[in-house]
Amino acid sequence: MLYKTISKANFKVFINEVIAGNVTIAPKMTDKDSEGNPVYQFQQVYAFDEIALNYTKTYSSLKNFFLPFKESLSTFQFDKNEWKQKIEYSIHPRVIVGVRACDINGLLKLDNVLMKGKYPSPYYVARRTNTFLIGLDHEPMADCFCQSLNSDEALHGFDLFLTDIGDKYFMQINSSKAFNLFKNVQINDIETEDEEKYIAEKKRIASLFKTRVAITGLSNLMDIEFESDVWKKWGDKCLSCGTCAMVCPTCYCFTVTESIDVSLKFALKEKVLYSCNLVDFAEVAGGHNFRPEPATRLKYRFYHQHRGFVESYDEPKCVGCNRCGIACPAGINPIDVIHDLRMEDVK
Amino acid sequence: MEYLGIELKKPKVSFFDFTCCEGCQLQIANKEDTLVDFLSLVEVVNFREISSEKKDHYEIAFIEGAISRQDEIERLEKIRKQAKLVVALGTCACYGGVNSLKKRFSVEDVVNEVYGHNPVETLPVKSVKEVVAVDFEIPGCPISKAEFESIILHLVLGTEFRFKKYPVCVECKQNLNHCLLDEGKICLGPITRAGCNAVCINGKLPCYGCRGPAEENNWPSLKQILTEKGFSPEQIDEKTSFFNSLTEVTKNES
Repeated sequence: MLYKTISKANFKVFINEVIAGNVTIAPKMTDKDSEGNPVYQFQQVYAFDEIALNYTKTYSSLKNFFLPFKESLSTFQFDKNEWKQKIEYSIHPRVIVGVRACDINGLLKLDNVLMKGKYPSPYYVARRTNTFLIGLDHEPMADCFCQSLNSDEALHGFDLFLTDIGDKYFMQINSSKAFNLFKNVQINDIETEDEEKYIAEKKRIASLFKTRVAITGLSNLMDIEFESDVWKKWGDKCLSCGTCAMVCPTCYCFTVTESIDVSLKFALKEKVLYSCNLVDFAEVAGGHNFRPEPATRLKYRFYHQHRGFVESYDEPKCVGCNRCGIACPAGINPIDVIHDLRMEDVK
Repeated sequence: MEYLGIELKKPKVSFFDFTCCEGCQLQIANKEDTLVDFLSLVEVVNFREISSEKKDHYEIAFIEGAISRQDEIERLEKIRKQAKLVVALGTCACYGGVNSLKKRFSVEDVVNEVYGHNPVETLPVKSVKEVVAVDFEIPGCPISKAEFESIILHLVLGTEFRFKKYPVCVECKQNLNHCLLDEGKICLGPITRAGCNAVCINGKLPCYGCRGPAEENNWPSLKQILTEKGFSPEQIDEKTSFFNSLTEVTKNES
């Protein structure tokens, strides 16, 4: 890792250069909620001024740029009695600007499953390795609990990471690709004053967290509370609509569909992201459904987040962004559910 | 017509419209990019939007529209006798659709309001299955072109077609939409069957449930959410009863 600073004016020049030469994705304001608060999403941008660098958090995570909601796994071409299969997973390199530490940590968790596991997904690897990530520190929102999940700081998994220290950014350069991009843009060595400002800013951000979720021993508690009424309480509210898993930065469950083109000359095998809350998630051939009740499905989503994933990767799957809690129409959120399980007062 | 060297049989299909706007048939007729391929999968016997030919020998009858007159009942019964399979096409045929709004008034008032001194014969609106046995239902106002095409392909290939069991929210969030409930609107996406690609919400119009209930539909929870957001029972009922498609779900619980 190299540490440098870049003036905000030069950062704008740099990003406009990046945009001119690459598909660039960044947070943009896309909607307003009923209280007039802005809603942000990651979208392609065409100029620096379109980017909402001071965004709060995007409504959906970055996940779909790495795990598209729908992705072609394979196409088939039929010709009389013959058929040919084509598998395509190369993508154009792209840049994502303004990624929060929790979202980078979300990608690191997906890396564990889809890149570093026994059976890496070439589709994911292609997208991940061809994406240049520029991270950005931010003040936590009132409901952010990434600090409790140790996800408020990204140690790797990005190319550049910026921290605002006044009229310039403190910059962590984490790849040679990133370093080479600064050939035409002035960056500066770190001075003592920059270091002091950086340390002070990191402390200030860390002190702003208002929401804490006790994670210690949570996976054991999940076992103990397997039959708890808490699951029924929240399960009764659950709409089984899958919104939580769609906006989650780390939910990666999927289904595979096959379809034949109306011309009868082509077919497509497609991967579609799914949710363990959906009614037929655990339905098997013959029609038996292992999890017919919403409460059971809701419970197993929390189990994967805080127990199953911990067994496999020694850390929870959840990064504490509370996107699921914000998007859930029924107001189900991990903060209240985990507090309930611990028999603490729910706010 | 061959698929992997196997000759496929072309089903003889007919389309019939009853009380409706014929928009569902139009969905099929104007899917121009695949229309030629689609028409080679089936033998169209009756389809007045695309052909003036009419014949009586067909295997599958697609019924579009609700049933609202005595002569429609008689015509539908005759089609039922002729067809091997009767398919209700679109929300009007499946549930009564928008026409069901008529049920809120007496038949006399409706006739008087619309036709004044030139009254016409009309009955309370019925879905197709309330009049004759229906083998398959394809909901949607209008139907999804892609879904309809897929159903026909499954039929021709002899494979089972499965509707999506989950609600519209999945497709809505996959299209990166912001929840309209959070924008102060009554959206019935959480209890409505997916398969439309959340087309209304993509255009910022809340879901009115034209496709009928999803397999898991937690109406008590959604009703509570809407009530807590300050909507009155009348405001909620206006939306849920719009297509008469969610009645089975919303009327069981009060």
